[in-house]
Amino acid sequence: MAREVALPLEIEEERPEPRKRWKRLLSTARKHPLGVFGLGCVSLLFFCGIFADLIVPFDPEATLRERQTYGSLVKAIEPNDTRLTIADAQLEVGTNFDIDGERMSVVPPAPKVSGTGTIINVQRASSQSAHEAGAALELDTAIANIKPSWSHPFGTDHNAKDVLSRVIFGARISLLIGLTAIITGVTAGAFFGVISGYFGKIVDTIIQRCVDILLAFPAVVLLLAIITVVGDEDSSVRRFLANNTPLPKGEFLGIPTFLDVFIVALVIGLAVAVFTTRVVRGAVLSIKENVYVDAARAMGASDARIMWRHIFPNVAALVVILGSVLLPVAILAEAAISFLGVGVPLGTPSWGADLSDEKSRQNMLEGIWWPVFFPGLALSLVVLGFNMLGDAFRDLSDPRLRGSGLGGGGGGGAGRGPI
Amino acid sequence: MRDYIVRRLLILVPVMIGVSLLTFSLFNIIPGDACVLRLGFGSTPETLKACREAHGLNRPLFPVSINSDLPVIHVQGDSQYGGWLWDIVAHQDLGQSLAEGGAKVSTELERRLPITLELMIMTVIFALVLGILPGMLSAIRPNTPIDWVARVLSVLWLSIPSFYLAILMITFGLLWFGWTPPQFGRGYVPFMDDPWVNLQQFVFPALVLSVGIAAVIMRLTRSAMLEVLRNDYIRTAWSKGLRERTVVWRHALKNALIPVVTLIGLQIGALIGGAVIIESVYNLNGVGKYTLEAIIRRDLFVVQSLTLMFAFVYVSCNLFVDIAYAWLDPRIHYN
Repeated sequence: MAREVALPLEIEEERPEPRKRWKRLLSTARKHPLGVFGLGCVSLLFFCGIFADLIVPFDPEATLRERQTYGSLVKAIEPNDTRLTIADAQLEVGTNFDIDGERMSVVPPAPKVSGTGTIINVQRASSQSAHEAGAALELDTAIANIKPSWSHPFGTDHNAKDVLSRVIFGARISLLIGLTAIITGVTAGAFFGVISGYFGKIVDTIIQRCVDILLAFPAVVLLLAIITVVGDEDSSVRRFLANNTPLPKGEFLGIPTFLDVFIVALVIGLAVAVFTTRVVRGAVLSIKENVYVDAARAMGASDARIMWRHIFPNVAALVVILGSVLLPVAILAEAAISFLGVGVPLGTPSWGADLSDEKSRQNMLEGIWWPVFFPGLALSLVVLGFNMLGDAFRDLSDPRLRGSGLGGGGGGGAGRGPI
Repeated sequence: MRDYIVRRLLILVPVMIGVSLLTFSLFNIIPGDACVLRLGFGSTPETLKACREAHGLNRPLFPVSINSDLPVIHVQGDSQYGGWLWDIVAHQDLGQSLAEGGAKVSTELERRLPITLELMIMTVIFALVLGILPGMLSAIRPNTPIDWVARVLSVLWLSIPSFYLAILMITFGLLWFGWTPPQFGRGYVPFMDDPWVNLQQFVFPALVLSVGIAAVIMRLTRSAMLEVLRNDYIRTAWSKGLRERTVVWRHALKNALIPVVTLIGLQIGALIGGAVIIESVYNLNGVGKYTLEAIIRRDLFVVQSLTLMFAFVYVSCNLFVDIAYAWLDPRIHYN
């Protein structure tokens, strides 16, 4: 009892004064401006991902419409006349509009362009009043391809969806896929890595040959191949996940095609697992030679207990580091395969899918750059943020590089794996 | 050394068999076989049967099959897997596309490989130039503006996804300079026919693809160079009164580049994956675009052969790099 009371006091003594800690933190931050920038980007990703549905200004899936007034009615319509000529406004069969508050809808035949304007046939809700020439025509139009403005800071795309909202929701999808892939992948990888390294012999050989085989594929090719098979509409994996697990089948977390997104995450997780297995196994090989492992065995501890209590805690830090290094790689991998049209279903507000949208990319060549530019920028900033944060951490932990100013240059690229 | 190479080659055999097994079974667990996928689920049994016979899909999948009624293993001579592998090994025949024309994979490869190879070679050249020079400069002048620029550039290059960079370059090339790479609308022009057009076709895709690899090379060159410059033999070289150029190029860079060689070998995976992406963005009809098209079309025969080929290239490159490593650095012994 006495020890439990004493313990917090000891920690209290070692802890520096709050003001000193802040000062030290500030001076560290000042020495690593790029690291702070990275931290900002990563925090923004997490913030947008977690609170996406609270902060989006518009529904990312909704086609935005706006009431627009056209003072362009050329020919007055008589009480029973159902034909009118207008100058400009995109009217198709089925469109509803108002003239002086009277609801009308366009009926077949399709609008015809004549010398004075577009001739349309309409059905009127009532046939009492006549309208004067030049009466204002009010119309709900889809506001597609709107330039960035105050009401739509990133503009709207060709489906009249708000790009900013889609980018914010894209953060949620990226984060969801990244975290799911990393958590499942790193867990599975740590599990097989520990088992493979600890047992050695035949178990090790089998697991490592499987890893060899999976590592023999270039990552993008492997991901593409597996997702084609597993993501198929009636693939057995998909059916299993839909019917035998509590995973939601329809919309979840505001993502319309949650199951497809989840499957993509699992496949990326597989690639993460393969890599993690190899690395963890290497670490376990040296850890299991420690005397305390022998001691535990001599005390009669079971294999499972030794692995869980003595080996795993020693690789836990490595596993966490691997996970944080691979997170941007997983996010990038999702974007790449979605970009290739194999990942998440088209129309999902994922950064990669928005970049690959055929119509948006055609529009881009005509100067409508915002529906493609901003999702890509978000993706680049996230990866950049993770890289800069990683560099700063490496600087802080590597005393040889300490005080060298900008982010360190050691090692291969952290945030760049297969893509 | 020879023993090591032989042993590595021997390990290669089971790995490649495993790779082929995995590839083959992966594409055969899709519901409906290749003929069903091609003809659609509404096709009549007669046409399906004819298609299966034409493509040999009426054969059993594996040479060894476990009958579900009688749990005995019985060997079958002519199977789909065996036939596929045998054609590749014995006849260099990678199979045939399921699409209308039924083009042979080998003929398609003959047409498309030069494109991919040219793209990859140019990419590697760009990556080396863009990576090694700034990496070296920033290492010999640490904490100077050159160093900062190089390091910021490397993080930027590392972070921008190649497909995004490609889209931006195509778009803003057109919007600002009114220029699109000539392959849009014109198709591939071999180097021998018109070197100038050919280079125009490849410069930007290769540049885009090289940027990420160059960043990794730059970071590694920098840290390796910093490491090497601390060595005693460099101090000896300085104290002999050698010029800086000699010290850096002859004594330091040569040794700093050894890990870079490994890295380039390891980047072959990124190169293949990048080719799949960049070729489709830049409309280059290379092997990467072929793979993607086959995957989207569900052209199983093509995909399984190409996947196997990529894996083979990848594994061989890694082996080659390991050997080159030992050859470059005599201190390394494999046993």
